[in-house]
Amino acid sequence: MTTATPLWVHRRRYRRRRWTARLAALAVGSAFLLAVVPLILVLTYTIARGLPHFSWVFFTHSLAGVPPSQAGGGIAAATIGSLEQVGLASLIGLPLGLAVAVYLAEYGTGRLATVTRFLVDVMTGIPSIVAGLFAYTFIVISLHQGFSGLAAAIALSLLMVPIIVRSAEDILAGIPRTLREAGYALGLRRWRVVVSIVLPAARSGLITGAMLAVARIAGETAPLLLTAFDNSYINANPFRGQQSALPLFIYNQAQQAYQPAIDRAWAAAATLVLAITGIYIIARLLTLRKSGAHRV
Amino acid sequence: MSRRIELHDLSCYYGNRKVVDRITMTIEPKSVTAIIGPSGCGKSTLLRAINRLHETLPGARVEGRVLLDGDNIYDRSIDVVDVRRIVGMVFQRPNPFPTMSIHDNVAAGLKLAGVRRRDLDDIVEKALIAVHLWNEVKDRLRRPASALSGGQQQRLCIARAIAVQPEVLLMDEPCSALDPISTLAIEDLIAELKNDFTVVIVTHNMQQAARVSDMTAFVTVDGPGHPGRLVEYADTKTLFSVPADKRTEDYITGRVG
Repeated sequence: MTTATPLWVHRRRYRRRRWTARLAALAVGSAFLLAVVPLILVLTYTIARGLPHFSWVFFTHSLAGVPPSQAGGGIAAATIGSLEQVGLASLIGLPLGLAVAVYLAEYGTGRLATVTRFLVDVMTGIPSIVAGLFAYTFIVISLHQGFSGLAAAIALSLLMVPIIVRSAEDILAGIPRTLREAGYALGLRRWRVVVSIVLPAARSGLITGAMLAVARIAGETAPLLLTAFDNSYINANPFRGQQSALPLFIYNQAQQAYQPAIDRAWAAAATLVLAITGIYIIARLLTLRKSGAHRV
Repeated sequence: MSRRIELHDLSCYYGNRKVVDRITMTIEPKSVTAIIGPSGCGKSTLLRAINRLHETLPGARVEGRVLLDGDNIYDRSIDVVDVRRIVGMVFQRPNPFPTMSIHDNVAAGLKLAGVRRRDLDDIVEKALIAVHLWNEVKDRLRRPASALSGGQQQRLCIARAIAVQPEVLLMDEPCSALDPISTLAIEDLIAELKNDFTVVIVTHNMQQAARVSDMTAFVTVDGPGHPGRLVEYADTKTLFSVPADKRTEDYITGRVG
């Protein structure tokens, strides 16, 4: 019988391993910081520059009659425009995106599905200014509609659809097959299984995906340049006439040579960043919440 | 009500791969028929061909005929939804609808099919009584079904299946995810179900087949990749005491599988 090998026989190799592990952890940690630090800087700096200029007037007034060199005025027109444009874009983009996702996840087999998937991928890559150009040539020029919030919303919805399709398709594909089979086995038709079993089961995930898509387009500037075109005055009608929007407000004020205008740009940027962060946080909370029965 | 099921040269495929090979057998009404066999012998596929669930998988298809009281369920004039309404199914893992309450789960088959019935509550109650779940859940019918234990969920799924008043009940290893006590409860239930339904149960567990079934079919494969064939189909007592085929004997005595 030989004696048992002592446990410490590999102590050298183990020491080296420990050092390698520490180095690797350090490398990964630094990479993380490198990625996160700029994000935190952007957020804190924007808020730090913008927050001091928050005021009642800033949120309740438009820029009407306020020259760039003077303080005063605010984002009322831009906020109304953004809410209407993003709202309209969601009204178009969400149902369309969800419908495509349901088609791909539940019915999509064969060539049409492959082509659809490919087109959705291509859409994901469309530069946002091109979406704006499309709405500009199609709605503003060809249909003689002029600049409007609706044209902006159509450009935004073009960007929204592929985001919705991708996230919703993944979520629908994650709903277990056995749930669908339970529905079929009860003698339910396919559309009924989709509408009453699959979609409710996917609900919280779909809502999260939708909110992320909304947050994603709310800050888009390029699609608005040639469609909403900005407006110093409040135009609450998204279907006719130039409209302001928060990104346009920031873009135009930041270009001015005067400090009051630049301050307004920071304040508007802080507003937009806070609003979008808020949407992200709500979406995260919705995902974290345990899914259970809600219907009676 | 319950119906006689006849399989005629039934073969099932996934794409080009044949997993069930020309099975012919007759299942008598108001009886419990067990299908046993080693893993991968196609017994679940065979079961899923009886309510045309097999074909919902991509590339899956069948050849041959399945007659329900003489009508071929694969006939082109037959609506698959009508087949499934007559042939209900219980699955291996309990799969209650997670977003629905206990009541809504049992009522789902009728409600979602657009059947308007004033006595829906009665139907739900009867189904839950039949699966011996009523006393445990009668005070929390509006609570989520996902809060029930695994055994309770499986009984809920059986209640959901019988609430639409099918005539045949297919059970695909209904106890394999359950503890022994829940298993016993389901087995007792199966014995009662055959008073009203034609029950076909696929099981891994030979003791279970021996306990609950009147007839037993043994399905096996010649080797990996071969399709499942029906080796022996007989009265359960006979099959387990004096199997006619050597392969059946090897399987039930634990020499293979």
